[in-house]
Amino acid sequence: MMKGLKKWRLFSLLAVMTVFLAACGEEHLSTLRPSGAVGKEQLNLLLLTTIIMTVVTIIVSVIYLLAFVKFRRSRVGENVIPKQVEGSHTLEVIWTVIPIILLIIISVPVLISTYKFADVAAMEEVDENGEKTALTVNVTAKLYWWEFEYPNQGIVTAQELVVPTDEKVYFNLIAADVKHSFWIPAVGGKMDTNVDNLNKFYLEFDKTSEGLKEGVFFGKCAELCGPSHALMDFKVKALDRPAFDAWVAAMKATEGQTASADSTDLGEATFANSCLGCHAISGVGVSGGMGPNLTTFGDRNRVAGFLEHTTEKTAAWINDPEYYKPGNLMTGKYNVSEEEAQAIAEYLMTLSVEK
Amino acid sequence: MSSVAQKKGFGAQVWDYLTTVDHKKIAILYLAAGTLFFAIAGLEALFMRFQLLFPENTFVSAGMFNQLLTMHGTTMLFLAATPLLFAFMNAIVPLQIGARDVAFPFLNALGFWLFFLGAVFLHLSFFLGGAPDAGWTSYASLSLYSPGHGIDFYVLGLQISGAGTLISGINFIVTIITMRAPGMTFMRMPLFTWTSLVSSTLILFAFPPLTVGLFLMLVDRMFGANFFEHTMGGNTIIWEHLFWIFGHPEVYILVLPAFGLFSEIIPVFARKRLFGYSSMVFATILIGFLGFMVWAHHMFTTGLGATANAIFAVATMTIAVPTGMKVFNWILTIWGGSIKVTVPMLYALGFIPSFVAGGVTGVMQAAAPLDYQLHDSYFIVAHFHYVIVGGIVTALFGAAHFYWPIMFNRALNEKLGVLTFWIFFIGFHLTFFLQHFLGLMGMPRRVFTYMPDQGWDLFNMISTIGAAMMGVGVILLVLNVLLSIKSEPLNRRDYWGDGRSLEWALETPLPFYNFKQTPLVRGYDPYWIEKQEGNKEGMVYAEPLGDIHMPNNSILPLIMSIGTFIAAFGALYSPWGKQALAGTAESVSPALSVGLIVVGLGITVGSMITRSLKDDLGYHVHVAEVEAIEKDLAQFRAAGKKGGNN
Repeated sequence: MMKGLKKWRLFSLLAVMTVFLAACGEEHLSTLRPSGAVGKEQLNLLLLTTIIMTVVTIIVSVIYLLAFVKFRRSRVGENVIPKQVEGSHTLEVIWTVIPIILLIIISVPVLISTYKFADVAAMEEVDENGEKTALTVNVTAKLYWWEFEYPNQGIVTAQELVVPTDEKVYFNLIAADVKHSFWIPAVGGKMDTNVDNLNKFYLEFDKTSEGLKEGVFFGKCAELCGPSHALMDFKVKALDRPAFDAWVAAMKATEGQTASADSTDLGEATFANSCLGCHAISGVGVSGGMGPNLTTFGDRNRVAGFLEHTTEKTAAWINDPEYYKPGNLMTGKYNVSEEEAQAIAEYLMTLSVEK
Repeated sequence: MSSVAQKKGFGAQVWDYLTTVDHKKIAILYLAAGTLFFAIAGLEALFMRFQLLFPENTFVSAGMFNQLLTMHGTTMLFLAATPLLFAFMNAIVPLQIGARDVAFPFLNALGFWLFFLGAVFLHLSFFLGGAPDAGWTSYASLSLYSPGHGIDFYVLGLQISGAGTLISGINFIVTIITMRAPGMTFMRMPLFTWTSLVSSTLILFAFPPLTVGLFLMLVDRMFGANFFEHTMGGNTIIWEHLFWIFGHPEVYILVLPAFGLFSEIIPVFARKRLFGYSSMVFATILIGFLGFMVWAHHMFTTGLGATANAIFAVATMTIAVPTGMKVFNWILTIWGGSIKVTVPMLYALGFIPSFVAGGVTGVMQAAAPLDYQLHDSYFIVAHFHYVIVGGIVTALFGAAHFYWPIMFNRALNEKLGVLTFWIFFIGFHLTFFLQHFLGLMGMPRRVFTYMPDQGWDLFNMISTIGAAMMGVGVILLVLNVLLSIKSEPLNRRDYWGDGRSLEWALETPLPFYNFKQTPLVRGYDPYWIEKQEGNKEGMVYAEPLGDIHMPNNSILPLIMSIGTFIAAFGALYSPWGKQALAGTAESVSPALSVGLIVVGLGITVGSMITRSLKDDLGYHVHVAEVEAIEKDLAQFRAAGKKGGNN
């Protein structure tokens, strides 16, 4: 009876915990609701370790509480001198061997996953035409924005990563200024972007981001990189393969697209004079832009990675980027009036490859 | 010369503390300084939590937040936890091993003053243009990039302070190995002495890598070298390795003495000898050893490759085994005992489940592929606070209550202590438990703000409320300390009634020479053995009453430290640094910069030469004086009230 009761308690606790874990957080952000094979495997590891560790904690706490309750001085008597026990080899062996067994249980999947996640050999595989078969994205982290280059497609974008679903997407990661860390919590674990060398890893997206509350997965910078570290977000749009191919085609079609300084549109003219030096508006190119590529600006979910995607916010951002992202490298690089900023913002909203 | 309660003028008191080489007084200095910095760092934590109370709060600016988080981490680890543990090591270890002082009393004072002036130097940054802002780890690319003098303060302040810690560590190794009373074999040493020995050994091996790292950073920042500048062939990953080869053992440097303190507290209040003593010693050494082998688990996401990650993952997990041994030994010490729930015991009882909860999440993060998700998220913030607050801070608070009678001949108020414990303990779990989930829900650490509607709002608010409760707990503890000053002196031995090791055999207030005769240790838990045999003296002696040799006080340690302090300003305002050349940091003329360095180091080296050339052989307290002091003390104890015999 007692035994059954205890088992029931343990079971219900675990059940509550699993439900709690599974319902925790937002689907576009939480590691507990993963939308990809890597994240799922990591969640499984989390559940395995959590269960083992919770059981350990509970067992220790139960023994401990029992010891505490049974042997209080008020219970055993004020003047009792307990037996001065030296130790017990049997017990010591038991509590050495059991943890070792538990650790072996954890180690096996850990080692398998460690090697699996690090396997990026497929990045170099080519088909009979000599073209790379896997999709690779070169990620460059900068103060405080992200550049995404698709070397095989010859296109480049920023702030919003676009990926196809149901295939492995490989990443080359590097930082241009100080160290950052590339993290899409809902899809899979992070990898640092070092300044010294390329890091490689892959993620899989098994769900289009369209159905999500925000329409995108949230990506974060996880390594302290200066005052605006907290604001160095990026967004991830996962599309099915045909939609992704269409997006790539639309991006390629922007080749040579530029803003004209002679345009009758005040926004475009000002943009050409004040912004074009740093911000390209053609998606065809390579990484290394001074500022984020703005070809897809109108399609984005946020301004500067975190502000509401509206003309007002865009204009406000252009007027005073330092207020929104302290320490960014855009501040003071141009001189536009408030009216011009408004016009630029309106112009930027027209930049789109998806409509 | 009566050592007791003789009223001295305020100036004389201050001079006494500035020149003291007595381990008991140095312990008080460490305690006071450590508490000061603990309070400062705690305040910084509260500012951060208030900033994160709700999304898009604007309580502090982004730059200020980074300064706060850097100074919070740096101060708590280097300038609060370390000195507070040194305070108890200084106060208790010589007594536990039956010694009259540490092996090198002069170095003991030097260690303190270097630590203190390094800490003061670091904190001057707040008033001189901004504190360091690259995190307590100060990763090279960001710290090289950081404008102003913040990072320079970090590098120089920690270099000075670290030298002090290293000196103290060496001192304790020598003290424990060479100054044990006759009969105190290694396997009869109390656990706190054991953990102090292992922790000091870790200091010996872990601080040099830090010193090297800081030095490389120093020449990079101040003289334009390129050790970490990747555009010039440097490598930033080397900093990460150097930092963590120090940084990982550092947590064991802190937590091992904390384990030691609990291993002293639990047997006393369980009235039972420590269960599995030899396995505890073995586990301590093993944890110390493994602590050095696992530093790269802080770098799983750095891109070291699968094999390195796999090795470090498994190596890290193995630490759980000796730590688990310790936890079970503590529980089995309680089992079959007679438990009295005093304030120190409350902290010990609170420690066990909190620390286990913190330890198991450590195993989770050791699983490298899982760490890819957990690393640099709030999960890790929760994990290390569970270990550090649940392990080290509870040990410090518990030990303060436990050893207060020996250190100050006063007791802390029990009722207030219980109240403090509960407020602090509940606040602690409220603050950090939910942070595990914040991390799992995608919140990165070290963020000064967050956008609403990411599912983090409520947990952050609860976390802040918990932090405020912890703050209230600390205020109550300080209040308790202040009240104890006014309370009656205890004038007795074995305040808790169930003391086991040698320090409890001494009657308070202690004479400056601790033991009038060196004790003879006849087994593990010597005082318990004597008590069981009905020995009224509390110990048997290994020698007849004789002259006692004691060291002279000296102002030189303070002057030496001031020298390094002055030199640090010369290096700080160097005109050759990249930041100075770029105009983002103030600098002085080359002559002034070099002048300050030369004068500062000149003072330090001059003091060293003075110390070397001038023979200082100490002095002897003759038998007649010892007897007079003992008589004085006896009268004072009998009279009871403060200042009894004056």
